[in-house]
Amino acid sequence: MSGPSDYQPTNPVVKWIERRLPIFGLVHSSFVAYPTPRNLNYWWTFGAILSFMLGVQILTGIILAMHYTPNADLAFKSVESLVRDVNYGWMLRNIHAAGASMFFFAVYIHMFRGLYYGSYKEPREILWILGVIIYLLMMATGFMGYVLPWGQMSFWGATVITNLFSAIPYVGDSIVTLLWGGYSVGNPTLNRFFSLHYLLPFVIAGVVVLHVWALHVAGQNNPAGVEVKTEKDTVPFTPYATIKDAFGVSCFLLFFAWFIFYMPNYLGDADNYIPANPGVTPMHIVPEWYYLPFYAILRSIPNKLAGVIAMFSAIVVLAFLPWLDSARTRSSKYRPLAKQFFWMFVVVCVLLGYLGAQPPEGIYVIAGRILTFCYFAYFLILLPLLSRIETPRPIPNSIAEDVLAKSKGKSAVASVAIMFALAGALFAGSAGNARAAEDLVPPSQSWSFAGPLGKFDRGSLQRGLKVYKEVCSACHSLNYIAFRNLADAGGPGYSEAQAASLASEYKIKDGPNDQGDMFERPGRPADYFPAPFPNEQAARAANGGGLPPDLSLITKARSYERGFPQFIFDFFTQFQEQGPNYVSAILQGFDDKVPADVSIPAGSYYNKYFPGHSIKMPKPLSDGQVTFDDGAPATVPQYAHDVTTFLMWAAEPHLEQRKRIGLQVFVFLILFAGLMYFTKKKVWANAH
Amino acid sequence: MTTASSAGSTRRDFLFVATGAVAAVGGLATVWPLVSQMNPDASTIAAGAPIEVDLTPIATGQDIKVFWRGKPIYIMNRTKKQIDEARAVSVTELRDPQTDQSRVKDGHDNWLVVIGICTHLGCIPIAHDGNYDGFFCPCHGSQYDSSGRIRQGPAPLNLPVPPYQFVSDSKIQIG
Ligand code: FES
Repeated sequence: MSGPSDYQPTNPVVKWIERRLPIFGLVHSSFVAYPTPRNLNYWWTFGAILSFMLGVQILTGIILAMHYTPNADLAFKSVESLVRDVNYGWMLRNIHAAGASMFFFAVYIHMFRGLYYGSYKEPREILWILGVIIYLLMMATGFMGYVLPWGQMSFWGATVITNLFSAIPYVGDSIVTLLWGGYSVGNPTLNRFFSLHYLLPFVIAGVVVLHVWALHVAGQNNPAGVEVKTEKDTVPFTPYATIKDAFGVSCFLLFFAWFIFYMPNYLGDADNYIPANPGVTPMHIVPEWYYLPFYAILRSIPNKLAGVIAMFSAIVVLAFLPWLDSARTRSSKYRPLAKQFFWMFVVVCVLLGYLGAQPPEGIYVIAGRILTFCYFAYFLILLPLLSRIETPRPIPNSIAEDVLAKSKGKSAVASVAIMFALAGALFAGSAGNARAAEDLVPPSQSWSFAGPLGKFDRGSLQRGLKVYKEVCSACHSLNYIAFRNLADAGGPGYSEAQAASLASEYKIKDGPNDQGDMFERPGRPADYFPAPFPNEQAARAANGGGLPPDLSLITKARSYERGFPQFIFDFFTQFQEQGPNYVSAILQGFDDKVPADVSIPAGSYYNKYFPGHSIKMPKPLSDGQVTFDDGAPATVPQYAHDVTTFLMWAAEPHLEQRKRIGLQVFVFLILFAGLMYFTKKKVWANAH
Repeated sequence: MTTASSAGSTRRDFLFVATGAVAAVGGLATVWPLVSQMNPDASTIAAGAPIEVDLTPIATGQDIKVFWRGKPIYIMNRTKKQIDEARAVSVTELRDPQTDQSRVKDGHDNWLVVIGICTHLGCIPIAHDGNYDGFFCPCHGSQYDSSGRIRQGPAPLNLPVPPYQFVSDSKIQIG
């Protein structure tokens, strides 16, 4: 994409094609011979990482679409069948879900890099604006993708975000109705979001082509911020930049794989494992972490329209950056003041992200307002002012000179600092379900399935199944578990014959037969555990108005706040057992002695760990209720432990496979990244 | 000087080849799940379990169509005439030589169980139609006899017999 190429093919077939369609020459001049500044640092590899992530998202997205059903009644279920029944479906879904976060993580680094090194300045204004457009498209795509699983957060996120448009005077409501295709978020909304979610990545890919084109016309910026002058300033794209980018990607993959295989739910919200319910809003609506700073800005303005305008302006202002910052010196390396303010701005963004995840009350609101002011002040006051008053340090005459005079230490410190700042932003978004502060936090228990080598305890799974069958199943369904699953690898370890005989103990409704009647027959392995009640109304009627939730996903659909800085450590220790801890705590948290300051309405019971303490479920387990054949103690703690283990397996039947493959992937990736490092060193040895 | 540089280049070549090989292995390992996901999923496989069919409602000369693994299965209660016709032909003259006896279960000679998918290009033949008292495929005119064997038209093979057995005199299990 940098004009006519001097590429001279020798192969006659290539020659023949090249005369008619100079595609090889185009590729050669754009990605082989293309001169790149020789002083690029690793922050520049994020361009390649982003292209890679776009490819990953499109590829896995196309595959997920093969198994996904965009229908309000079936969407949630189709995602569950994908992760449970499709070969490697869990992995593909984790890649796509974590991939969205990785994509944004990389784009934020890419943007901050552009900001720091002045990559938006003349002649790269269009390049930068195209980048802002890509970012906006990414936000739209990410948002619509998050709606597709049709969980509670999907539904309510869709409701809240589409309602932003209702702030527009006069036509707002009509626009919202148009977006919904109905009077509320519903099936038509889901269908169109699916269609657009499939379309937009290709639009992004198109704009990326323009972005790269503009890049290749203007040439890459570089840490020194001086233009390429002679050939000595550059190295050919291949092999130098290619190998460096490939090494960058392989390191990024390590980070990515940590989420895919070990922390798949770290960046998600437990509420999204509850199917969408238009009648109940989750306690605390939080968007995905990558929207949090803007969400914080939205909430800090006490006027609906003004809040929405502020939020959109926060993004749109980026497009005007080339004109807001008119300083002649590009790189902040040579701008002592701009550099300091840049880091302050990074901190402001991270803090805004943190606030976006907090409830909008008290000190958080005030802090949000101050930080919102800082955010805009950086662009609208500070940068224009700095470009007029700041005296930059002398810039090197050429890139070659910069390479020779490289002072290493400083950039490393800065690198570490930005790494931490961004990691902080990422973690800030991971806040789980908000629970009122006065609630007791469920104690952390030791689970055999925790950690990188975790496995289910078969005995515990079998005992847990017994507890479910004899106790829980009276009120709670287990809709996503089929009898055949009991014989699956990584499960309770029954044989197929045992699973079949267990199935035959159940009566399954089938039909209609030739006479048009429904009939009952013994269960088969392919049947699912029958629900105790035929429908929601019957379940409520039998349980004093409360709906006993389905238990298939309960250990992933419940969580509690870990708080700062605990959730940062959780990332490294792979702690993600909030769900099991919570479920087990609820089962043991009943107490007849109600504390004086808690009032329990009639028909409800006191539970220490239940949010609000008043639970509709009576104490389900008592000592001696279930007898185990293997001699395990017949006590409530044992029951709770076993049934929770069983339910964890029910929520994630491929957990063992996930962790096993994760280990293999990590061994491979570490080896590969190591090899890439030495290869890169070898290749670059020629350039120095 | 020469030796040193050639030793250096060997080491370099080895490093490049090793990195390339590891990348290739990783690439292939990545392709595996991407392709494997297109196989029938666990619930589809489970739903393909054997089914039982009660034969009592099917009178002589009648047939029913049941579905197993998404395929239509014809179960035909053949008349004496149909059986005799099927057994009268000389097997060697058939395009896909098979005796009628080998296509039914011993002692249940009146029951023909075939997968009702034309071996030409997959249309569903119509039972009790065509020149051979068997099946006629409307798509391109293949004709099967009362044993489901191809007699005329473009189809190359007989209608396949699915795996099945009699669990009692009036009940079969397909699969
Ligand atoms: S498909 Fe039956 S004749 Fe062609």
